[in-house]
Amino acid sequence: MAATEIARQAGEGARAVPLSGHVGFDSMPDQLVNKSVNHGFCFNILCVGETGLGKSTLMDTLFNTKFEGDPTQHNQPGVQLKSNTYELQESNVRLKLTIVNSVGFGDQINKEDSYKPIVEFIDTQFEAYLQEELKIKRTLHSYHDTRVHACLYFISPTGHSLKSLDLVTMKKLDSKVNIIPIIAKSDAISKSELAKFKIKITSELVSNGVQIYQFPTDDETVAEINSTMNGHLPFAVVGSTEEVKIGNKMVKARQYPWGTVQVENENHCDFVKLREMLIRVNMEDLREQTHTRHYELYRRCKLEEMGFKDTDPDSKPFSLQETYEAKRNEFMGELQKKEEEMRQMFVQRVKEKEAELKEAEKELHEKFDRLKKLHQDEKKKLEDKKKSLDDELNIFKQKKTAAELLQSQAQQAGGSTTLKRDKERKNSGFL
Amino acid sequence: MEQQKNLEGYVGFANLPNQVYRKSVKRGFEFTLMVVGESGLGKSTLINSLFLTDLYSAEYPGPSHRIKKTVQVEQSKVLVKEGGVQLLLTIVDTPGFGDAVDNSNCWQPVIDHIDSKFEDYLNAESRVNRRQMPDNRVHCCLYFIAPSGHGLKPLDIEFMKRLHEKVNIIPLIAKADTMTPEECQQFKKQIMREIQEHKIKTYEFPETDDEEENKIVKKIKDRLPLAVVGSNTIIEVNGKRVRGRQYPWGVAEVENGEHCDFTILRNMLIRTHMQDLKDVTNNVHYENYRSRKLAAVTYNGADNNKNKGQLTKSPLAQMEEERRDHVAKMKKMEMEMEQVFEMKVKEKLQKLKDSEAELQRRHEQMKKNLEAQHKELEEKRRQFEEEKNNWEVQQRLVEQQKLDASRTLEKNKKKKIF
Repeated sequence: MAATEIARQAGEGARAVPLSGHVGFDSMPDQLVNKSVNHGFCFNILCVGETGLGKSTLMDTLFNTKFEGDPTQHNQPGVQLKSNTYELQESNVRLKLTIVNSVGFGDQINKEDSYKPIVEFIDTQFEAYLQEELKIKRTLHSYHDTRVHACLYFISPTGHSLKSLDLVTMKKLDSKVNIIPIIAKSDAISKSELAKFKIKITSELVSNGVQIYQFPTDDETVAEINSTMNGHLPFAVVGSTEEVKIGNKMVKARQYPWGTVQVENENHCDFVKLREMLIRVNMEDLREQTHTRHYELYRRCKLEEMGFKDTDPDSKPFSLQETYEAKRNEFMGELQKKEEEMRQMFVQRVKEKEAELKEAEKELHEKFDRLKKLHQDEKKKLEDKKKSLDDELNIFKQKKTAAELLQSQAQQAGGSTTLKRDKERKNSGFL
Repeated sequence: MEQQKNLEGYVGFANLPNQVYRKSVKRGFEFTLMVVGESGLGKSTLINSLFLTDLYSAEYPGPSHRIKKTVQVEQSKVLVKEGGVQLLLTIVDTPGFGDAVDNSNCWQPVIDHIDSKFEDYLNAESRVNRRQMPDNRVHCCLYFIAPSGHGLKPLDIEFMKRLHEKVNIIPLIAKADTMTPEECQQFKKQIMREIQEHKIKTYEFPETDDEEENKIVKKIKDRLPLAVVGSNTIIEVNGKRVRGRQYPWGVAEVENGEHCDFTILRNMLIRTHMQDLKDVTNNVHYENYRSRKLAAVTYNGADNNKNKGQLTKSPLAQMEEERRDHVAKMKKMEMEMEQVFEMKVKEKLQKLKDSEAELQRRHEQMKKNLEAQHKELEEKRRQFEEEKNNWEVQQRLVEQQKLDASRTLEKNKKKKIF
């Protein structure tokens, strides 16, 4: 028996011991299976393809049931994704199936951004799972997994080659989801054209580096059938929910004037192969690949974006605690820095404003000092004038006083002169 | 949101269980079993009996043969195959447990071991680059109770209380062949009473939808805790080769349901509930450890009580929220600072204006004053000028008079002489 992964992991640390009887742990796979059956399974399919390629019909045919939806028109303004979830049961197995349809894909004139809503949708589901996984209190085992497990890419049956829209879209999706390309409405292609078409498509995919999903060949139980089927990719399918009587059976088919295309006839189309591979043989592997490859890639990119690393600069591994603490310290430091910056800015503004105001105050004082000085000058001039007036006044007073004195003297002298005259007259009279 | 749809024909997903089966066999299984109990209770023998192998032999002696001074925790890993299924079995034993005179804290190395396995898993799960994560967490702990017949020892109670929320505990009564069925029954009742009294949560069998299964489960529940006997020797009894213990008075058969509960233990532990033990470890015990660890890291130092309700976020989302709160706080702070700043500026400007107005007023005052004085002076000068002119005119008049008078006198004088 080939070594299991666990045995490989254990390596040298474990020694093999023989058992001397039936212990009973060979029931482990059954125990596991019972648990998953009780829990129920879930599967999410994304159908991408131009309007009118028969995506909804194919889903109805694959799952033998009529799902929702009216056929869409070609006048959609952009690409949208419509998803519906259904509870199906086959014997004792319950399946929660979500079918996501791309609406309006390929209908616009400018299709450059057509792939974007699809990529966004896939990423959103990854993000939701990642958020749940990172929560402190989480409930992963009862979480409804909405991640896209398989993407059926519908190729137009032109018979020639892939459209550039197809190549661009598939290239954008191949690292995010398991892509299974199928040729839709393949009853429009003849057998010889179909073989050429398939080869052309495969070579175009290879030359453009598009990674499509390969059915796994590592498990001997299914390796053979898977590798054979890998050679039949892309599957050329026909879908139909209408039944036609062939022989004494009612079969799903499309009736043409020139014959009837039987959906489940492997000579007519690859529908049965698709059903085998997608559902009966590899459904679980598709889920596993989504989880261990595509989701891990998304998660790794996201965490690296957020600055998480596995080892510090010295290549020593971080423990979770250290990582979170480092993140938290960084975060706190950032916040503090922001606060400090804001404070500093304010301090700066205050300083500037203060300087401004001081400057204004200074100017004001200077102005008034100037005015004061002018005023002082004026006052002085006035004082001088006053003084000179006073001087003049004094001189005049003196003059006046002197004159009056003179006058009074003169009068007195005059009086005395008169007296004198009189005296002289008198005296002269005697003469 | 979800609708029930009926299938109208064969689809094929009923094969999913087979796909799961196939993949699980390819991957292989792993299980870690811990055995705890004092020396001499037959732990190694029981393991050998359970797994029908010489896990513990002369070459790899069991815990009792290794006398330890302190409690150790040791692992042995073995790879066993059966029916195409490979199992990596890890047996963790604790030599020295309960053997010292002072057994305080002898459970600590056990707790540390379990926690360190959780920690390893948590770190592996949290790496950026995750590879296949080996599951070395302890899935089940078999706790051996000495068959004293009276009740649980304080050490038993203490151990189980400290570990029941970290690992699935299955208490076992060891060396059950030392008790009669009645004694055993009494002992079991006593133990269960004490377990309930101390609110110890031992491993519980899950409810299923299957009626049959539930009946079996109920039967097992009634026989808890399981009383077991182990043996490394094969004895012939009634032509059959069985594992058993030979006594002068008979053979106690390990796999005989009337002699002990060994078969029940083996069926439950290995054949029916091994996967559930792993699931409970993963979904309950590990998640408890993880959420406690992450909460501690997230709310480093912060008040844990007010954050209890926010455990539904991831630490990163928590930081995002804190960041948003901080931004809001900063905005508020900025607004407040802005307001204060504006107010102060307004105040200062107002003061400046007032001061300017005051100075202006004073200046006007002084100017007026000066003008008044000027006017006064002008008036005074004018008056003075007027007075001066008047007086000068008067003086001239007087002078003229004097002149006239003196001339007249002269005339008269001349006249007189003649």
